[in-house]
Amino acid sequence: MNWLVNNYEQILPLLLNHLRLSLLPIVIGFVLAIPLGWLAWRFRLTRGLLLTLASLLYTIPSIALFAVLPPLLGLPYLSETNVTIALTIYAVALMSRSAADAFGSVDPDVRQSATAMGYSGWQRFWVVELPLAGPVLLAGLRVVVVSTIALVTVGVLVGVKSLGYFFTDGSQRQIPFEVFTGVVLTMALALVLDGLLVVLGRMVLPWSRPTTRRRRSPVLTEGAAA
Amino acid sequence: MIEFRSVSKRFADGTLAVEEFSLQIPAHQVTVLVGSSGSGKTTVLRMINRMVDPTSGHIEIDGEDISGVEPVQLRRRIGYVMQNSGLLPHRRVIDNIATVPRLTGVPKAQAHERALELMDVVGLDRSLARRYPNQLSGGQQQRVGVARGLAVDPNILLMDEPFGAVDPIVRSDLQQEILRLQRELAKTIVFVTHDIDEAFLLGDQVVLLEEGGHIVQKGTPEEILAKPANDFVSTFIGADRGKRALTEKKVGRRTVLLDADGNPAGVLTP
Amino acid sequence: MNLITDTLAWIGEHFASGELWLRIGEQMFYTVISVFIAAAIAVPIGYLIGHTGKGREIAVGVAGAARALPSFGLMLLLVSLVGVLQRPIAAFAAFVILAVPSILAGAYSGLQAIDRTTIDAARAVGMTEWQILWKVEAPLGLHLLVSGLRAGTLQVVATVTLAAYINLGGLGFDILQGIPLRRDAQVLGAAVIVILLALLLDALFGIATHVVDRVIPDGSPQRRPRRLRRAPSGRAAVVEAPTGT
Repeated sequence: MNWLVNNYEQILPLLLNHLRLSLLPIVIGFVLAIPLGWLAWRFRLTRGLLLTLASLLYTIPSIALFAVLPPLLGLPYLSETNVTIALTIYAVALMSRSAADAFGSVDPDVRQSATAMGYSGWQRFWVVELPLAGPVLLAGLRVVVVSTIALVTVGVLVGVKSLGYFFTDGSQRQIPFEVFTGVVLTMALALVLDGLLVVLGRMVLPWSRPTTRRRRSPVLTEGAAA
Repeated sequence: MIEFRSVSKRFADGTLAVEEFSLQIPAHQVTVLVGSSGSGKTTVLRMINRMVDPTSGHIEIDGEDISGVEPVQLRRRIGYVMQNSGLLPHRRVIDNIATVPRLTGVPKAQAHERALELMDVVGLDRSLARRYPNQLSGGQQQRVGVARGLAVDPNILLMDEPFGAVDPIVRSDLQQEILRLQRELAKTIVFVTHDIDEAFLLGDQVVLLEEGGHIVQKGTPEEILAKPANDFVSTFIGADRGKRALTEKKVGRRTVLLDADGNPAGVLTP
Repeated sequence: MNLITDTLAWIGEHFASGELWLRIGEQMFYTVISVFIAAAIAVPIGYLIGHTGKGREIAVGVAGAARALPSFGLMLLLVSLVGVLQRPIAAFAAFVILAVPSILAGAYSGLQAIDRTTIDAARAVGMTEWQILWKVEAPLGLHLLVSGLRAGTLQVVATVTLAAYINLGGLGFDILQGIPLRRDAQVLGAAVIVILLALLLDALFGIATHVVDRVIPDGSPQRRPRRLRRAPSGRAAVVEAPTGT
């Protein structure tokens, strides 16, 4: 507790830095993943390729990626760019899969009727497919946001300061409360942003609000009691 | 014989599916419960094998109150065939048919042999035995479902709209199979459907239900056709639209039957 | 070019000296035991929730909140709370906690995805609740359970890599030591081995999934041409877990 009293002014700058470090990968990831996901959905061939690649990239532990990128890209290990690029790779990999699923979730009948009404391919994408893919895209985006925020903390091992600083500093100085603060703040940041996205989603995608849950047939579920 | 005495069922969400239902279902006959959706017919059926328990009233099978019988044991003695067959998708056809015998401890080889016999009984080619359900057509799956229901040679067979999901030609085939099976095996069959023609075809006793499980009329198909109890029954059996009112017309030496619209419905054969 | 040859040389040396085998062994030791324990906890609970349908909200909530948990931080937190001697236990606790949500989600959603009429039919022919669980629900839910195990395992592997920070061995040691000392070949070599290990585990799970799909048909009609399947939006959010931290 003492630690908090003495050090609270450290929190805000690190929090803001953490936020800043998360945003770029999330945005780039989202923007890149939409066309990639669309391609993966549209063309059987690219689907296998892209999704396998995405899955492989996502399997790589973050510290390993932080270690492998610098020689590949000619960057120093301890650089922010290194971390940003790595996080972007993760975001794209994760989001592409969601995007492919999202476009696949659009009812083919709706797509066909849009074409029949006279929408061109491009129009149909913006007016029909993208909005209807919205809910699944949003779900994917929420996952990306939350996991990116968690991943930023590992950057402290390559000298990139974020809320992760509290982990290592607290660990070295044997102040569990500091580590705890770092964990709680990271989670809080993630959950707040997640909540904001949900609210944003409700505003932008009003048709996707959950309706009253369909009642499961009481006739079918009774049997369990016996 | 199955007997319902003042049976009611109110579900947890408040729906009164069945109210004061009383009926005697004679042994070795086909009793058809027919009505539109929400009439409670499926609920009544499922109370026989205790998939649903009544909120009040008693159900007796051969004089024994089934609320005192352990449900799992009861179900293993009663055959149950549902719409969409309810086959276990990860078991082969032969294992699906042998499910209940295996549950009651019959050795595998014996159960499999019985399963093959049953495939003959329901008209399935034995070569389908090693296939998985999703490799069969809808009609074939339903036959497997019937075979499974017959596997332990139960006295009672419950059938819940078993032919609802197949096309009319297959349905007609399957209906004929049931008639044939019944001639050979004489089980007590309780059959639920919303199709009055099916009810008349298969039923020795037809019980017409409306919402809440209320019995509007019961009797043999002939009795109901001859004397519909009220307007509801007339509408349901199509009597009001003249479907059932046939007139004769002589064409050459044969007598042709015409429906109320003047369309030929059949020919009188002596 | 030099770096590549240096890295390969480093890898070669350290395999020969047995050191890399040791590190891989340490990594796998922590991973396998943690996943086993996590599965022992999560699978029964997931099955209970999936079979009875109760507690669904808790399962979904746990899976959701778990994704926000920074695994590196959790590990350091638990370790900082105990003395030096209990560090391995604290680390294990962290790994188990990290793996449970994914496995729980896999177990629970696997059961949830099964057609209700199949389970109804199983009950109607006279199976007991236990028989329904073991003979019908578990096999049919295996595909999603395996993907939950896969996500959980990769999550743990990634975090175990960081266990080197608290001197618990594992492949991360060479990476974390080598960065400040600028031993590029070491850092790259160890990183490559970690990546290969993770990919190998992922591939093994891929094979397992393939085998499960072949051996246990799930009842989707094989004759009709495949329409593009809708992805239930919940699935992407529930089973994917970050492997990075």
